[in-house]
Amino acid sequence: MVDALVPGMVAQMRRNAAYLCIFLLGAWAWGSGLLPGLLERWEDIAYLGQQHVELVALSGGAAILFGVPLGVLLTRPRFRQVGAAAMQILNIGATIPTLAVLALAMSLLGLGNTPAVFALFIASLLPIVSNTMAGLRDVPPALLEAARGMGLSPRHTLLQVELPNSLFVIYTGIRTALAINVGTVPLAFLIGGGGLGELIFTGIALNEFGTMLAGAIPTALLAVLIDFIVAQLQFWTIPRGVNPLR
Amino acid sequence: MIRLDQVSKTFPGTTMPAVDRVSLEVAEGEICVLLGPSGCGKTTTMKMVNRLIQPSSGDIFIDGRNTSDYDVTQLRRSIGYVIQQIGLFPNKTIEDNICIVPDILGWDRRKSRQRAAELLEMVALDPGVFLKRYPKELSGGQQQRIGVLRAIAADPPVLLMDEPFGAIDPINRVIIQDEFLKMQAQIRKTILFVSHDIDEAVKMADRIAIFRNGRLVQYDTPDNMLAHPASEFVSDFVGGDRTLKRLQLLTVRDAMIADPPRVRAADSLQQAAAAMEAHGHQSIVLVGPRGRARGYVNLQTARGGNGTVGENYEALPTTIRPHEDLRTAVSTMFRYDTQWLACVDDDGMFVGYVTLRGITHLLSETYRDG
Ligand SMILES: Nc1ncnc2c1ncn2[C@@H]1O[C@H](COP(=O)(O)OP(=O)(O)OP(=O)(O)O)[C@@H](O)[C@H]1O
Ligand SMILES: [Mg+2]
Repeated sequence: MVDALVPGMVAQMRRNAAYLCIFLLGAWAWGSGLLPGLLERWEDIAYLGQQHVELVALSGGAAILFGVPLGVLLTRPRFRQVGAAAMQILNIGATIPTLAVLALAMSLLGLGNTPAVFALFIASLLPIVSNTMAGLRDVPPALLEAARGMGLSPRHTLLQVELPNSLFVIYTGIRTALAINVGTVPLAFLIGGGGLGELIFTGIALNEFGTMLAGAIPTALLAVLIDFIVAQLQFWTIPRGVNPLR
Repeated sequence: MIRLDQVSKTFPGTTMPAVDRVSLEVAEGEICVLLGPSGCGKTTTMKMVNRLIQPSSGDIFIDGRNTSDYDVTQLRRSIGYVIQQIGLFPNKTIEDNICIVPDILGWDRRKSRQRAAELLEMVALDPGVFLKRYPKELSGGQQQRIGVLRAIAADPPVLLMDEPFGAIDPINRVIIQDEFLKMQAQIRKTILFVSHDIDEAVKMADRIAIFRNGRLVQYDTPDNMLAHPASEFVSDFVGGDRTLKRLQLLTVRDAMIADPPRVRAADSLQQAAAAMEAHGHQSIVLVGPRGRARGYVNLQTARGGNGTVGENYEALPTTIRPHEDLRTAVSTMFRYDTQWLACVDDDGMFVGYVTLRGITHLLSETYRDG
């Protein structure tokens, strides 16, 4: 009971601290005239924010739906050789700046949302695939031997043993990927995609501080919000026995 | 039930076989302990039975059927498996860990959970407390118990156990071993059990298979193994105190002189002395009207004295039951500084006695035969 309480209390305290920060920030924002400025641009923020979320959902969702199975596939015995090579390629891929990826996507797919989604998808894929592979590889061999020895089929072993035991690491990869994703979406504006980047870059171009912040602050909040949601999922969907948060 | 016929395994990239032409047979309901120093091929031999390792040559039969004729997952589901590292699934509750094979076999959920609870009770763990816990919330000894329960949950006829009580302190180890033997008396599985501990082997085994460098060097009952080691290697391995180890395997009944003469309270000392002289005994036990052991008189007292036994007897320092092992008997004799013990049954009736000489005689007898 006590063991269960302590992490809960720490989380609670952290949350309270976060609320306090937000409150103070809000008070300052109102006082400095920032918040009234934001409210004035509310319609733009809502419209572009929705686009922003759509871009994240599309590219991030695709990256999860594609990345996790890919990570699983690359750790199967049949693909072990390929898996090591794929990991190398992905790691090299990680060193390519996202802006370059965007530029490359644009040169392949032209302007608009499609290349933006594609580039975001590529940028999010890496942490998901590599964490999925790392998580699966770190499953103790004794568990796999026990599973095999008791007559679990490879599918049973994957679903009942390997995935649950690597879920935490996979989730961590997804959180990293989504953080990168949300933060990169503004760049999509540069290749004709939508999203809050429009306000940010317009603000910079026109030297309008308020407009820029009207893009930047919701982007930051969105990143925090999405991470919070995934963290909640991580907390509640991972069995207590393998959940270091519980 | 389990039969290995000239089974060998040479791992790829090695020249020396890890297991070399091993043949052995384990009868139904028996425990065969594979024993030997590290790296001698015990685990490899065991894993070939459930095909976690494919034999390079030779055949393995379970229930008369060649294991290569089975579908490999079906085969494994019909063989309980306890690995040395325990290997409980940390993502599953104890209940779900125990029920893993019943679940994949598609048992009715209520039935399998019911069984999990029963199994927990068999090892004295409260189902109410433990069913919903996770492995990390259990002690090492408790985890090892669950590992064994998980292996027998689907009631497979055959069990493979690789040092199942390895990572545990000596005291708890003995407790788990006793618990397991008690369980085995009920479930009567055919068991291959890997150990590198001679004491554990002597205790658990119906038969011991001693390995050296992949070869089976002796396959025998524990008592024969201790009494007649086939080679210097075996006698070194079983240890210099092997004769003392045998004491654990023999019971008081084996060395007991049953139905010896006895006296009653009303008998005279003269009668008692006569009875002792007739049988060459140094003392004689006094029994009550219904045959309970009451005390004893020794020859000297009886010869010199007058009156009845009832007036001159001494109390028995202690007694022993026929089903107890000779190690306990000898240790009791040492403790009470006596050369003999009266044996009584569960109702306290006098049934015979054991002497230290009788025990030494019994032990040396087997050596003279061999
Ligand atoms: N997968 C493998 N590949 C190559 N050699 C192996 C493999 N597994 C075991 N061996 C070798 O086979 C021999 C027997 O190993 P095994 O695991 O059966 O020993 P063991 O008797 O169980 O020893 P321990 O008591 O240490 O567990 C050892 O020399 C070991 O190095
Ligand atoms: Mg071993």
